Amino acid sequence: MPEYSLQKTSAGASIAKFRELGLLVFILLLCVGVQLRNPSFLTLENINDMVTNTAILSILAVGMMLVIVTRGIDLSIGATLALSGMISAMTVSAYPDTHPLLAILLGTAVGIVSGMIIGLLVSKAGILPIIATLGMMNAFRGMTFMVSGGKWVSAHQMPDSFKAIATSSIFGLNTLIVIAIVIYLIFFYFITYTRTGRQIYAVGSNPDSAKISGISNDKILWLVYTIMGGLSGLAGVLWVSKFASAQGDTASGYELSVIAACVLGGVSIAGGSGKISGIILGSILLGILNNALPLINVSPFWQMGIQGSIILIAVVINALVKRGVDKSNLMRRRI
Amino acid sequence: MEKRVIIGKKEFSWKTFFLQWEWMLVLIFILVNVINANLSPYYLNADSLRDATMTFLDKAFIVLPMVFIIILGDIDISVASIVALSSVVMADLYTMGVPMELAVVICLAVGTLCGYVNGLLITRFKELSAVIVTLATMIIYRGIAYILLEDQAAGKFPEWFKFLGWGYVGSVPFILIVFAVFAVIFALLLHKTTFGRRVYAMGSNLTASQFSGIQVDKIKILVFTLAGLMSAVTALFLTSRMGSTRPNIATGYELDVIAMVVLGGISTSGGKGRMIGAILAIFLIGFLRYGLGLVNVPAQMLLVIIGLLLILAVMVPNLKGYLRKWVKI
Amino acid sequence: MSDYVLELRGITKTFPGVKALDQVHFQLKPGEIHALMGENGAGKSTFIKIITGVHFPDEGEIFVNGQKTEIKNPKDAQRLGIAAIYQHVTCFPDLSVTENIFMGHEKITKRTKRILWGDMHAEAKKLLQELGASFDPRTKMGALSVAQQQIVEIAKALSTDARIIIMDEPTAALTARESEELYKIAEKLRDNGASIIFISHRFEDMYRLASKVTVFRDAKYIGSWGISDISNEDLIVAMVGREITQLFPKKAAKAGEELLRVEGLGKTGFFADVSFSVHRGEIVGLTGLVGAGRTEVCQAVFGITSFDTGQVYLKGKAIKVKNPLQAMELGIGYLPEDRQKQGLVLEWGIERNITLPALGKLSRKGWIQEKREAELAHALAEKVQVKARSIFDLASSLSGGNQQKVVVAKLLTADLDIIILDEPTKGVDVGAKSAIYEIISDLASQGYGVIMISSEMPEVIGMSDRVVVMREGRVTASLDGATVTQEAILEAAMVNSAIPEAATAHSSASETLST
Repeated sequence: MPEYSLQKTSAGASIAKFRELGLLVFILLLCVGVQLRNPSFLTLENINDMVTNTAILSILAVGMMLVIVTRGIDLSIGATLALSGMISAMTVSAYPDTHPLLAILLGTAVGIVSGMIIGLLVSKAGILPIIATLGMMNAFRGMTFMVSGGKWVSAHQMPDSFKAIATSSIFGLNTLIVIAIVIYLIFFYFITYTRTGRQIYAVGSNPDSAKISGISNDKILWLVYTIMGGLSGLAGVLWVSKFASAQGDTASGYELSVIAACVLGGVSIAGGSGKISGIILGSILLGILNNALPLINVSPFWQMGIQGSIILIAVVINALVKRGVDKSNLMRRRI
Repeated sequence: MEKRVIIGKKEFSWKTFFLQWEWMLVLIFILVNVINANLSPYYLNADSLRDATMTFLDKAFIVLPMVFIIILGDIDISVASIVALSSVVMADLYTMGVPMELAVVICLAVGTLCGYVNGLLITRFKELSAVIVTLATMIIYRGIAYILLEDQAAGKFPEWFKFLGWGYVGSVPFILIVFAVFAVIFALLLHKTTFGRRVYAMGSNLTASQFSGIQVDKIKILVFTLAGLMSAVTALFLTSRMGSTRPNIATGYELDVIAMVVLGGISTSGGKGRMIGAILAIFLIGFLRYGLGLVNVPAQMLLVIIGLLLILAVMVPNLKGYLRKWVKI
Repeated sequence: MSDYVLELRGITKTFPGVKALDQVHFQLKPGEIHALMGENGAGKSTFIKIITGVHFPDEGEIFVNGQKTEIKNPKDAQRLGIAAIYQHVTCFPDLSVTENIFMGHEKITKRTKRILWGDMHAEAKKLLQELGASFDPRTKMGALSVAQQQIVEIAKALSTDARIIIMDEPTAALTARESEELYKIAEKLRDNGASIIFISHRFEDMYRLASKVTVFRDAKYIGSWGISDISNEDLIVAMVGREITQLFPKKAAKAGEELLRVEGLGKTGFFADVSFSVHRGEIVGLTGLVGAGRTEVCQAVFGITSFDTGQVYLKGKAIKVKNPLQAMELGIGYLPEDRQKQGLVLEWGIERNITLPALGKLSRKGWIQEKREAELAHALAEKVQVKARSIFDLASSLSGGNQQKVVVAKLLTADLDIIILDEPTKGVDVGAKSAIYEIISDLASQGYGVIMISSEMPEVIGMSDRVVVMREGRVTASLDGATVTQEAILEAAMVNSAIPEAATAHSSASETLST
């Protein structure tokens, strides 16, 4: 007679428990490996560069996580980022006295409006997220070129106060990092301690039950795309300030890095699960890879292929882990 | 008393015949042409219209299998990357001294393989949607193209290869003839064969199809493989027309292709739509672009228009639903 | 103060094209367990959704504790102390048990609206303990068994201090032991003063629990009775609208050679050590409670899913079925339980639905021969007596019974030896039921081996030559159809007695077991 023990668990289930620890170990090993190959990796300057890059990536990943948790996807964020970055850059170059905070608010507002439009299309018009964001990605990208007339806003056109957003520091920490940390904290609180935050997970976990529980699915969807837009807008200003240039093709394809960071961090494409700690680790890993590959003489042209493979491998591993968890749940059933 | 089945005839009414979405497309098509003709005196010229088809038909080859994919209720956003990869492989091999004929065959093989890999991943990992799988392969395929060619261009193809993109048979562009042949083949495949019927069944009710003994995985793999093959065909014509290739070739084609399919009345929820609609939409969007180009609408503006058109196209079939909802409240 | 905690008068609700409820009444007394019965499609589900605020009625009045109220959304219902436990557990598998319990009424601080996790976990733990469950409220819902999830749903109802609790077929997916637990919980709730609306298709649930019964039929209110004031027969008449003199047109069939033998089949988490066999011309009733693993076994035989251990023999030869196509080629057909989701393409006509499994035969080199297709579809539709204007009518326009006939016709397109029917008369009206019985009986006398999965006792007893009973993933009895009794089946299906190992290993030898 076959035996059915109560305690059996599959390998997949154990990975699920330790995924973040594993990611952390992997990151450390990667750092040690790269450092051995190229000692300029762990210099203060390089670390600073890496971390500020990661800051922008992880801000976007926070928003993308919420979108993916609701079973959606947003391909438009690179374009939204470019559009809001461009608009705020043009504003500060036209009115150099603009307070940097105002520029940030302006960029964020542009992003929020863009996000609201997508949110409406997804929630009220019921368009598939992939179609809605693919369409709006192109619309926003085209609009970026149109508002700028195809021109760049370059470093010398921007007032120093604006560029200082990315270079200044608060309490000894780079402002970008401070902003990112503030965003982690706000959103950690939001998704853990507020009802609306939990409702996002509820909608992603089971939309039908959510409706029966009195949650307005449309509102939640609208909200997550609006948040995503707002964060993209904010990231747009930070990006333009950091790289001191705004172009029509700014951050083209960046949405893919953000999605990669999310799936690496264990956000389930099937919706309903994802943690801030996970995506921070995912962003860091991706940031390190992007930074380290050139340092160990990997051609920059390999980056795209590597990033794509990371996404694929991560989602496949997520799927296998999920299968493992389901299987060990089944094993626990005694027959 | 007993009411039995009678074989019956398929009911035909002029009303339902004319209420088909395709007529709407024909109307818009005429409208686009009238407006274009009024905007630009150069528009309504048989030669220029004919030549215009050469500029947009390259991507039309992918529209044909994409109709199948969307009827299945799936999506493939990696097609443009497959175009790039197969084109780059071909050009790379040719510059390395491989005969062009062989390079063309390998180009088709690479595209087919890419599509097959998509299909395999989607069927092996059912918990992953086609969206995420093709998103990943989209990056990987183009990433490989970059690895192969970096930011170089490759070209200097033999003279005969130019014929694909620029040649005429009599006074008809070669590409138009090839497209017409493929369009007929795909239309027949969709509407007249067991394969097409099964695709519709899977798009309408996957579970019931499976219980009916349809090899759902096989069919799905085949459909995605077809998309890979046709992307490689696009790569041939596009590369020929451009004269050389770069890893960033065909960027954004997936948007155009998907826009054409959904505008053609093929529902993104699967199971509905016809080939003729998509074919009409190809020409509709093609001529729209051509006409707007003639009156010097900038390319970026076109990007906005196509993006918005895609969204409108998805919304229009639901318009009745929205109105009903609205009127009721 | 009114006599009723909940009273509904003249409720009407229309959906596009369907009148789901038509002038329906309902009265619920405090501390009462009130059974609500009716066939599928009678309007019970819509009725519940009205009470819980998911739908808003077009007409009618709702009184809670004598006060006229409007329940516009689920929040209103919750505020009024109404909670529902749905047929299919409607949980959030990715969220914790605590969260599932408190979804929609989380404990929050007054000013900052912060969710108080500590309080909620503690309270959840307390609620679960009251219900006799010992799992940690921090567990993810998806990791629990269906019965445990049901307990969470009840805990959820308790957490809202609900005074009116609606249970929509809560026992459908539970084992007997689990159902008994549920009965006890329901009684406890009642003794604490809550009123329960209990919906179930099982008469045993109703007799065990309810003191009153209300019947709906075809979206209309038929009547309410005290449970001891109405006989079983009258109740059935009320539910189906006419007296059933259910005829089981079973012809005594001579069992021929053995067609299919299943030996020691097992699949982790679903079933274990399942053995039975089917002979030519025989109808084997495969029964047991929902969730006993009957469907899973049959789907594994048909190649939809796989099995881990054991062996299937077809006419004595060991076979390994990889997919349904192969199963059908080998001569095994399967009629799925859910005809709308698994059987039909609703937006297609009858013709295309019937020919879907047979496209290979109806084509030459892949080209569909439409004339032959129409002929075959017509012939089969005639054979199973689908009632429709033409074979091009949409499947969605047919009644449940006629839809089921179309699915049966689909099976007949293949050259089969063995037909597995999964709940063939589920949700089918009485008239169509006897037509389907007739078809099944004909099939058996034509030499098919039929496996009929069914939960309906009269059907199993009336139709089967042999009855195989499953409980919790195992075969617990194999009984002779001629002498089988309802009691014997129920005992094997529900009683958790340890069964001698030798008897389960070879179920064919265990015919004397439960007598």
